[in-house]
Amino acid sequence: MRGGRVLFKGLNATLGAGDALVLTGPNGVGKSSLLRLISGLLPSYAGTVAHSGRLALSDENPALDPRLPLAQALGYWAGLDGTGPAAVAAALDALDLTRLTNVPVRLLSTGQRRRANLARVLASGADIWLLDEPGNGLDTDSLVLLERAIAAHRAQGGIAVIASHQPLGLTDAQAVALKAAQ
Amino acid sequence: MKAFLAILGRDLRLSLGSGGIGLPVVFFLLVATLYPFAVGPDGALLAKTGGGVLWVAALLAALLPVDRLIAPDAEGGVLDQYAVRGVGEEMIAAAKITAHWIGFGPPLMLAAIPASAMLRLDGETLAAVELGLLAGTPGLAALGVMVASLTAGLRRGGALAGLLMLPLAIPLIIFGAGSIGDFGGGALRFLAASSLFLVAVAPFAAGAGIRALRE
Repeated sequence: MRGGRVLFKGLNATLGAGDALVLTGPNGVGKSSLLRLISGLLPSYAGTVAHSGRLALSDENPALDPRLPLAQALGYWAGLDGTGPAAVAAALDALDLTRLTNVPVRLLSTGQRRRANLARVLASGADIWLLDEPGNGLDTDSLVLLERAIAAHRAQGGIAVIASHQPLGLTDAQAVALKAAQ
Repeated sequence: MKAFLAILGRDLRLSLGSGGIGLPVVFFLLVATLYPFAVGPDGALLAKTGGGVLWVAALLAALLPVDRLIAPDAEGGVLDQYAVRGVGEEMIAAAKITAHWIGFGPPLMLAAIPASAMLRLDGETLAAVELGLLAGTPGLAALGVMVASLTAGLRRGGALAGLLMLPLAIPLIIFGAGSIGDFGGGALRFLAASSLFLVAVAPFAAGAGIRALRE
């Protein structure tokens, strides 16, 4: 339910360790709302969401302090997640951001900011990744890095729920195509 | 507790970085400087009314950073990230109140010393003002965060924040200014009580405000 309008209904999916779910559908159908619903930011009008394990959400907001150097801005969240600087360094490395470690977040380009946003999820050490259009603004090289990061996460028993228009090279992922409710 | 300290540290760093501490203090001193220009250099009159002026200045100074307390975090997705991590909204609010108070309470108490010289307050009055500020500023900080969380989702929330906060601060102003004159002891106790009440209520009210922002 958004603004008195039913977005979707009759949705059912179960994910186990190492699984991935790709949400597709036209703009405005409720992919982002579904991710916010899974992450507990929105209440569901009907139905339930159950999960075990920690969540990490990457949406259009980087939630990184614009004045801080990238590593420090990521380090704030890593500190809250209890993972620490080593996880930040590994995440920066995985997304080819290492040479931007000391650059303030406000100077990053759109694609770099997007990758920084994903690095926050990587560094969180969370079991369940909720990614909203993770490939937006990424060049082909970065898309490969993203696919590799998701694959590595799943190989370690992690779960990824991804809303994306771009086809991401995910092996044996479940797919749900959202359709506007009548 | 880790989350509380992390949020407190981040908010303090942000208010230091953006001149958040300097601005209310400069404003406070500016009011104390302007007031003698407005009413004339009559020492007795200044000494009689100066304490009350300091309290009005303190209230307005506390109002200055209100639009930066919650709104940027709501827009930047920071509050969403706290929620995903399961950090309670009341905890966020309590940390923000503490950070806001550290950011303007003690600096204002320091600034009251030169301000009292400009208003010709004697040592006894200055001591009463300082004691009153110590008791009252936590209440002002709590009120500020509460109002900030309620107005964060609105356009031009800053102007509305002033309209909302000033009437709610009336008890603090009355008892704060009252604690300076004769029979100040009773007013000081009322001031401390209203301040304590606001500090106790605000984390829950502001927490509910932060939750409502997500909808």
